[in-house]
Parts: sequence; C-alpha cells; structure tokens
Amino acid sequence: MLELKNVFKTFNAGTVNERIALQGVDLHLKEGEFVTVIGGNGAGKSTMLNCVAGVHSVEMGQIIVDGVDVTHLPEYRRAKYIGRVFQDPMMGTAATMQIEENLALAARRGKLRGLKAGISKAERENYREQLKILGLGLENRLTAKVGLLSGGQRQALTLLMATLRQPKLLLLDEHTAALDPKTAAKVLEVTERIVSANNLTTMMITHNMRDAIAYGNRLIMMHNGRIVVDVSGEEKKQLTVEQLLDLFSKASGSDEVNDKMLLS
Amino acid sequence: MNFIQAFLNASPGAVSQGLLWGIMAIGVYLTYRILDVADLTVDGSLATGGAICVVLMRMGVNPWIALLCAFVAGAIAGMATGLLHTRCGIPAILSGILTQLALYSVNLRIMDGRANTAINANKYNLLVSQRYAQELSLDNPLLILVIFLAVLIALLYWFFGREYGCAMRATGANQNMARAQGINTKRVITIGLMLSNGIVAMAGGLIAQYQGAADVNMGRGAIVIGLAAVIIGEVLFSKAFRNFALKLVAVVIGAVIYYLVLQAVLLAGLDTNDLKLLTALIVALFLAVPYWKRAIPQKKTAGKEKEHA
Repeated sequence: MLELKNVFKTFNAGTVNERIALQGVDLHLKEGEFVTVIGGNGAGKSTMLNCVAGVHSVEMGQIIVDGVDVTHLPEYRRAKYIGRVFQDPMMGTAATMQIEENLALAARRGKLRGLKAGISKAERENYREQLKILGLGLENRLTAKVGLLSGGQRQALTLLMATLRQPKLLLLDEHTAALDPKTAAKVLEVTERIVSANNLTTMMITHNMRDAIAYGNRLIMMHNGRIVVDVSGEEKKQLTVEQLLDLFSKASGSDEVNDKMLLS
Repeated sequence: MNFIQAFLNASPGAVSQGLLWGIMAIGVYLTYRILDVADLTVDGSLATGGAICVVLMRMGVNPWIALLCAFVAGAIAGMATGLLHTRCGIPAILSGILTQLALYSVNLRIMDGRANTAINANKYNLLVSQRYAQELSLDNPLLILVIFLAVLIALLYWFFGREYGCAMRATGANQNMARAQGINTKRVITIGLMLSNGIVAMAGGLIAQYQGAADVNMGRGAIVIGLAAVIIGEVLFSKAFRNFALKLVAVVIGAVIYYLVLQAVLLAGLDTNDLKLLTALIVALFLAVPYWKRAIPQKKTAGKEKEHA
C-alpha cells in the first residue's frame, strides 16, 4: 500500500545548517498494516511522514501509495489517498468553522469542488452518526465552532475527518503528544477502533514506547535518518520495553536513549 | 442648530458615499477576514475600475457592461497579486504593493495618459451621481446602491455556502488543514484575490460615476477606509450579527458610519488635508484595541502568581 524506495531528504542543503534528515529510507507497508514508528528527536520520523504526505519534497528516491507514484505530486493532490492527524490539535481543523462544516470539507477530500451545496441535509445525519462513534457528545454540537472544542476533542474530530472518506493510508504524527494522559488514552482507543474497523493501512509516530508496543502489528525504529529496527507479527507482540531499548542501543551503536522515550 | 442643520443636509450624500465604499469594503472583508490576507492591491484596482468604467462609458458602452468590464479588470489585477504571492513566493503584502504600483502606470494608460477623466451627468446616463444625492426621486443614488448591495451580498452568501466557497473559508482559517483535505490553497487564494479586487474595481467604477470623474489617485488609502469599515462594523455588530450575510451588512453599515462621522468632523471645522491622518489614527486605534485587550489580563494574572510565590 505504501512503498518508500531509497528516500533521501536534506534540509538547508549547501548551507552551514545542512542536515541530512533521511538517508536512504526503504519501507514497504502491506494493506492493513498498522506500523508504529519510534526514535529519538531528529531521528527522521516526522520528516519521513511529511515526505509521504507531500509537505517536504525529497531529493532522491520514490514514494508510491497504492500503486501511484506520488513522489512529485503536491501535498493537496496526495490528500486524495492520505488521511492525516497532526501533533498540534490546532492544525487539523478550521477553528472558525462549524463541526459539520469541517466534516463536510473532509468528506470532499480528493473530489472536485464546485458550486454544489457545501453541506447537504443527508450528510448532516450521517455526521451525527459518525460523531457518536467518538463517544464525546459532539453529535449534539454539529453547528458549534471547532475553536470551542478541547484539544482532545479536536484530535478526535481530526481523526474522524481523516477517515471519513476511507484513505489508502492514514498518517498519525504523534497525534496524542499534546494531550493530557487521560485524553491521550481516549484518543488512542478511538484510533485503534477506527483503524481496525476499516482495516486501514496506518503509520503512527509516537514518543511513547509502551504505546508503540501496544498498538499496531508492526514497529519500526529510526535513528539518524534510517530505519534501524523493524519487528512485526509474533515478535512484535512479545516485545517488552527493555527488549526495545536493547534493540535500540545495538542498532544505533550507543547507549544514548532519549529521556522522553524512557519517561513516557 | 446650524451645525445640525448642515449635517442633516449633507447626510444623504454621506450615506451614498458610505454605501459606495461599503461595496469596496466588502471586497476588503473577503481578503482580510476570510482569506486572512491584507491585500493592498485595492488601492490600485479601485482606480483601475474607475478608469475602465469611465473610459468605456465615454466610448458609448452601456454602463452595466462597463461595470462588468471593471470587474474583469479588477479580477486580473487580483490575479497578478495572487500569482506573485502564491507562485513567486513574495509575501502577500508586498505582492499587493507591487501590483498597486504597477497599476498606477496601467491606469494612466487606460486614461490615455491623463491623471483624470471626467464623465458628465448631462451627457451620459450615469448609474449613480452626486448631483441627485439630495433629491427625492428614482435618480437618487441611494436606491440603486441599496439594490446593488442586496444582490451582491445575496450572491456572496450563496457562494460561500457552496463547496468552493467553503474551501475558500477553510483556506483562510487554516491552510494546513485545507491542503490536508485536498484543497489547492494556492489557486483558492488567487481566485479569492480576483473576486475581491473585481468587487473593489466595480466599486471604483461606481465611485467614479458618482463623483463625475475617474482619477488616478482615487484609490489612495482605499485599503485603510475599507479596513475602517470592516472594523467599525465588527465592533458595533459582532455580537448581534452572526450570520455571514449580516456580517457583510455590518461592513456596509460600518462604511456608512465612517462617512457620517467624517462629514461631522469636516463640518466641525477639520481641515480636509488632515483627513487621512485622522483615518489612519482611528484604524490604528481599532486594530490595537483587541491586542491590548489580550495583553492586559495576562499581566494581571502574572502579578497574582507573584503574590502567591
């Protein structure tokens, strides 16, 4: 479903601030695979995800989504295939627009927008049903401005928007990192429910090792712009945090472990 | 008593001017509030609209067709700004300034090298004219302006409820979100600027007819007058008017109030030369107030925290 072939990305090339963020990333995700991505700060997790989403262009390599070479497609055209939830709860929704208007925008992802009604009556009923799935009571607040919602509610709504039209690929960029632990757990639970109900091919970046182990059916770890650990199936199910730390130090050749990874 | 008498006598004219500039302010509202872009193109495109309209009407073109041509010319100006901004990476404000500067030359060309071109109400069938501003007749500009505004607001209300209009609002609200939902934000911004400047140019065409001449400088400071109308409208009606159409009505009322206040201070003896200074000060003040409102409570809480410590 997703294929990255020898992807390279450098920031500020040719300047003193040059930083090689991805150094030949190869990754193949099968349909229905739910991969969690971990790694320290600057390992290249977010860069990889943003290259797939089209926020960054790549210097070298190829990105293929569902058989379509998207390497040179602009971000807005890749949106046809890709649903996204961002780390910042402010980023995924339009605060000044209503909940139902946000959903209506998401329902038209990848479609040509013309002069048809921005939202229809039939859609409204559908959104009410969909919002019930989140279990946050948003189904009774269809016309409330999204800016009035809490961070957790906004992330849950963004998740619903990302999956309203079934995406070929769902990208979650530390989408619970900005939330308090209780809300984060709730959003993760909803994530799991939606992903498995729709059998979505998913890539989820997380700083939390426990979450990385608990969720998904595959785990990759990045270091210095490369994928250094890749476990799946039974091996992934049996994995413990200690083993993961061990794998990490072996792969990266250092004991240096990010504080955030340990603490969370 | 004299002052009140004079003010009342002058107010029909001030209201007409307010409505004319209300059309212009609606154009500013579209970019400033919906697209979240401060577009300075309008200072140039207003005069472009005036010039095109007057020149065409002098050639015998029907005034409505001339107005439509003004819209198209304004839209092209907006497209220039949009392309400079979205395809050349130039900040929106600077893109607008560049187009505005270029339009000065273009406007002179349109008027065959002259700084102004008159259009006489005796010889031409004007849609609106200052001459009839005080008259109780069908020629009074108020009537046609109110109808024009009603149609314009209705059309915009309709458009922003459509898929494309919603995409435009989303682009202004959050470009990241818009792109993630598959919206071509560069194109949407360009089309928004075209729509806005088309409306502004139409306002220019009407203003030129109203004052009986198109002038290459008629748009100077237009953006500030437009902003004044938007802000006055919001300050007075933001609580009462939630609906989008009503928000546009508030902008128009804002423009009318602006011209009534202007009329009053002029009658009170203010030098006309000081007008732009006064306008700039008022707009600066209204723009600063929301910022101060946000900043002051923060200081208070910071002080309280210190007490606790």
